[in-house]
Amino acid sequence: MDTLLEILNDLHPDVDFETCDTLIDDEILDSFDIVSLIAEINNEFDVNISAKDIIPENFNSAQALWALIERLEDEE
Amino acid sequence: MSITSYSFLLFAGLLLILYYVIPRRWQWALLLIASYAFYCFSGVKYLGYILSTTICAYFVSLRIWELKRRQDARLKLHKDELSREEKKAYKAAVKKKQKAWLIFALLFNFGILGVIKYGNFVVSNISGLFGASGEDLFFQLTLPLGISFYTFQTMGYLIDLYRGEYEPERNFFKFSLFVSFFPQLIQGPISRFGSLSKDLYASHPFDGRQVSFGLQRMLYGYFKKMVIADRIIAGLTTISGDPSAYTGAYVFVGMIFYAIDLYMDFSGGIDIVIGLSQALGITLPENFKRPYFSKSLKDYWHRWHISLCNWFKDYLFYPISTSPAMLARAKKMKAAGHEGLSRRFTVYTATMTVWLSTGIWHGASWNFVVWGLLNGFFLLLSQELEPSYRRFYERFPRLEKNALWNSFRMVRTFLFVSLLCMFDYYDSVSTVVRSFVSMFTSFRLSVFWDGSLLAIGLSAVDYWILLVSLILVFIISRIQEKGQSVRGLIAARALPVRVIAWYGLFLIVILFGAYGIGYDATQFIYNQF
Repeated sequence: MDTLLEILNDLHPDVDFETCDTLIDDEILDSFDIVSLIAEINNEFDVNISAKDIIPENFNSAQALWALIERLEDEE
Repeated sequence: MSITSYSFLLFAGLLLILYYVIPRRWQWALLLIASYAFYCFSGVKYLGYILSTTICAYFVSLRIWELKRRQDARLKLHKDELSREEKKAYKAAVKKKQKAWLIFALLFNFGILGVIKYGNFVVSNISGLFGASGEDLFFQLTLPLGISFYTFQTMGYLIDLYRGEYEPERNFFKFSLFVSFFPQLIQGPISRFGSLSKDLYASHPFDGRQVSFGLQRMLYGYFKKMVIADRIIAGLTTISGDPSAYTGAYVFVGMIFYAIDLYMDFSGGIDIVIGLSQALGITLPENFKRPYFSKSLKDYWHRWHISLCNWFKDYLFYPISTSPAMLARAKKMKAAGHEGLSRRFTVYTATMTVWLSTGIWHGASWNFVVWGLLNGFFLLLSQELEPSYRRFYERFPRLEKNALWNSFRMVRTFLFVSLLCMFDYYDSVSTVVRSFVSMFTSFRLSVFWDGSLLAIGLSAVDYWILLVSLILVFIISRIQEKGQSVRGLIAARALPVRVIAWYGLFLIVILFGAYGIGYDATQFIYNQF
């Protein structure tokens, strides 16, 4: 989780990712951010987040994203 | 049948009456009949196109679902016998078959669209390479009504189904309605099955407020289209018709006029489409959110033709940028020490692919290719400059909320997108470049007051009507931008106010709509896409 928060903070240093749960709803993360994020996650955690996983529920908060990573790690 | 014609109004009026008179369980069937009737008005010879897309997508959707159903049944039956690896391998094999069906459908349908829309463009360019004139094209086809819109919507449905987002529609006629729902055949918006189907197939009791709100929105759309867009087009045609004579300040005027025309034409048409659907109890997605209030190009593309942008984002941008091959390549770059390149690789490749495709979607010409690539380039450039913007606002934090500064950003963005729209307005890339240069080399300011602008097909009265109408649209847009519903605000007022507001607008459309002898409203710009 700490590594994920580090990646997110690098992307948007001005956002409190530990508490924010409206990253997509409030348009804090845009499509460019999401793609950069997926590439970084692939690098760090070796999981492939595919286009079908890109839904607000998975990206609205760091916790939701972490849950997605864990789920994908389990599947692989 | 143009949606600004009297026959359309009669058609829509009859449909609305029948829709709320017949048993509600048959409302969807009436919509299907109306949609095909509407389609036949544009030419019975085109029926084959929409039918082939419908049949192909229907058949493939059932095949994809059947494979999934069999897979689930088999895995359930052999739950304890199969190892984790065997289950994984079996699922992968099924996915491969599903993918093959999906690819077949995509190739078939985009193939039809490609041949009809781009066949001549490709052939004329190839013959041009070999020195031929390219004038004797091998076929002359007119675009079937709404082919880009229904093809994209239907392929979106198949991709979602492949991803397992929902079950297929098994009733062929209901599915046909999803493909052919006539209001959105004209110029979108491109809807998703998940949200549209619920409304399309549901029964809708008469709701006076919804019907009147829908009709009011249609009226506002007619106002934008007929009072503004169809009026301003006279000046535009004069300027773009003779680019060698109309240079300098005229180019600037044409550029601004075209930006206004495009928005009023397209968003006016969408208002009519969404309004009619609302009167039928069907909610369509919004396609515009006051795009000329955008403060940046990125912001603009979140507000303009939203349904098409979302389509490209969901079905092209994300699949390309998250594909295992792309991610593996980016990973290799990082391992080789090219961190910056690795970070940009996926975003850059996907962005430029999407914008090239968006350009080509708009039309078969080099103008749109250049237009698309320029949009992609400037979006990436502004992305690169993001850290500088951030530092700038950290240094001047009060600017971000400063009304004057934000107005400047809006005007700057408006001028920039208007400039890019010149590729749509003029007939060739070289004319755009020449005209653009002339704005700096032969700009004559006196054009604005010496009466020259009264000689381009617009009279002083036209300019006054345009000015007052644009101020009205601006005020309405400002209210909407604050999150308020103008129709809701008017509905809350006393009866005389409501009567004055809506009958006033109705009279404006009747009196000031751009009619003439043998009037036939100009075709919607987005009809041709």
